[in-house]
Amino acid sequence: MRALTDILARMRRNRAVVLSGGLLATIVIVAIIGPMISPHDYLQTDFDNLLHPPSAAGMQIFGTDDLGRDSFVRTMLGVQVTMLVAIVASVVSLLIGVTYGAIAGYVGGRVDAVMMRFVDTLYALPFMFFVILLMVAFERNFLLIFVAIGAINWLDMARIVRGQTLSLREREFVAAARLTGVSTARIIFRHIAPNLIGVVIVYVTLTIPQAILVESFLSFLGLGIQEPQTSLGALVDAGVNQMEGASWMLLIPATLLAVILLCFNFLGDAMRDVFDARSSR
Amino acid sequence: MLRYALLRLLGAIPTLLLVIVLAFLMVHAAPGGPFDDERVLPPETAAALAEAYNLDEPLHRQLFNYLSGLVRGDLGPSYRYRDYTVGELIGHAFPVSLKLGAMAMLLAAVVGVATGSFAALRRNTMLDRVVMTFAMTGISIPVFVVAPVLVLLFAVKLQWLPAGWSGNDGAARFLLPVIALALPQIAYIARLTRASMIDVLATDFIRTARAQGLGTSAIIRYHALRPAMLPVLSYMGPAIAAVLTGSVVVEEIFGIPGLGQFFVRGALNRDYTLVLGIVVFYATLVVLLNLIVDILYGFIDPRIRQR
Repeated sequence: MRALTDILARMRRNRAVVLSGGLLATIVIVAIIGPMISPHDYLQTDFDNLLHPPSAAGMQIFGTDDLGRDSFVRTMLGVQVTMLVAIVASVVSLLIGVTYGAIAGYVGGRVDAVMMRFVDTLYALPFMFFVILLMVAFERNFLLIFVAIGAINWLDMARIVRGQTLSLREREFVAAARLTGVSTARIIFRHIAPNLIGVVIVYVTLTIPQAILVESFLSFLGLGIQEPQTSLGALVDAGVNQMEGASWMLLIPATLLAVILLCFNFLGDAMRDVFDARSSR
Repeated sequence: MLRYALLRLLGAIPTLLLVIVLAFLMVHAAPGGPFDDERVLPPETAAALAEAYNLDEPLHRQLFNYLSGLVRGDLGPSYRYRDYTVGELIGHAFPVSLKLGAMAMLLAAVVGVATGSFAALRRNTMLDRVVMTFAMTGISIPVFVVAPVLVLLFAVKLQWLPAGWSGNDGAARFLLPVIALALPQIAYIARLTRASMIDVLATDFIRTARAQGLGTSAIIRYHALRPAMLPVLSYMGPAIAAVLTGSVVVEEIFGIPGLGQFFVRGALNRDYTLVLGIVVFYATLVVLLNLIVDILYGFIDPRIRQR
């Protein structure tokens, strides 16, 4: 417990963590509450009010799109969807990565060598093309997007977790568990996994922006989230088509996407410092 | 050295085979056939089409046919562009993408290494912090955000450069796409170079060189650059993959008739053979380029070869 409060204290002292974390929290809260208090909804079209520039009148602070839908509500919906996809995809990649890495690291020997060789092989592939192939071959739905993104982001996690597990398995408490006859699966999930939480938190923070990147890339190409649902990538795509007359349609979602990604990357970097400081103490 | 290269080459074959089989099975596991359209085909026509494209054979026969075609350089016919084979389409579109990608990689390597070394030499100064903040921003912002914003700024607002590809020729039309493609890689390479340069500059042999009275630029050029390049070189593999992926977006935004555009069109049209062919082609390309990077690595760092 003391270690935890120690980490929290160090996080509070780290300016990057506070700033980027605070900004992210603000964006998420506005994205959730904004659509609730706005008089518009994301489906409602208004053909007398197409491509209206941002104005305070009528609460259309982000203007309207080419179908007269309120851009603020749609952008906030996009943030929600993007975040949701990113978080679920990160959890998927976390589950795969931790399981795979922990097994490879704990079992060791030839199994480890083969498993990690497989990861190395996958590393070298242009993964995005496989995801696109997957999106083409199967109907595009939310679930598939989660799985596809999770499935390409677990490699880093697996490597990191394996490295940690290698050193953990030599520790006394693992030996004690083994001697008292605890099964391998139980040792991995009950004794090894809880000790990996520190590294895992850091790498999840770094996996989330990658997942956001993949999702918005797919949506940008029209292969991800489908209308009338939207995500930041889909909004940027819509903005590109209207950029000459209605640059706000491009600039607003593009800026938001950039800020979110930047915050996550700063947060991840800073978290690494926080946890590294602990290990090097 | 030759032995090392040959071993590496042999090691790449199973990887490639795995990739091709995986991609093939993924496409064939897809529900619905390539000829499913809004209108339903009469059963005889469907059967005739299936026979013409050998889709009526069992899966392992089809896979075998595909693989033996690949060995002969035949990627099969395109389902949508009926008059062309996939090979012809790739041969037509790839040179444009290659030019774009090569220029972007070159730009990224030169500017990235220069910026990174520069920042390392001025470590912890204001300038270093500014450069590294820019680098972080460059890494975070995806190509499909950078590219349209560049177009908006330089083509629509300032009208300095052409926004599209067709109707323009000369070097100007390459400028924006190449910059958009290179920017994230410049940022990444700059960060890598800075970190490894700082490590190298702290080593004993650099201190010795300095003690002998060598100037900073000579130290960098003759002693520090080569060891500092190793992490950058091992990033080249992922960088190539990233540039290929990025070029899909860039080609779409600028309307460049390259392989990436064909890929997206194929994906949206469910042109299975074309998409499969391009994935196989790209995967082969990436594996081969990685191989070259590995071999180069052995050249620069003799310690690797010994293993």
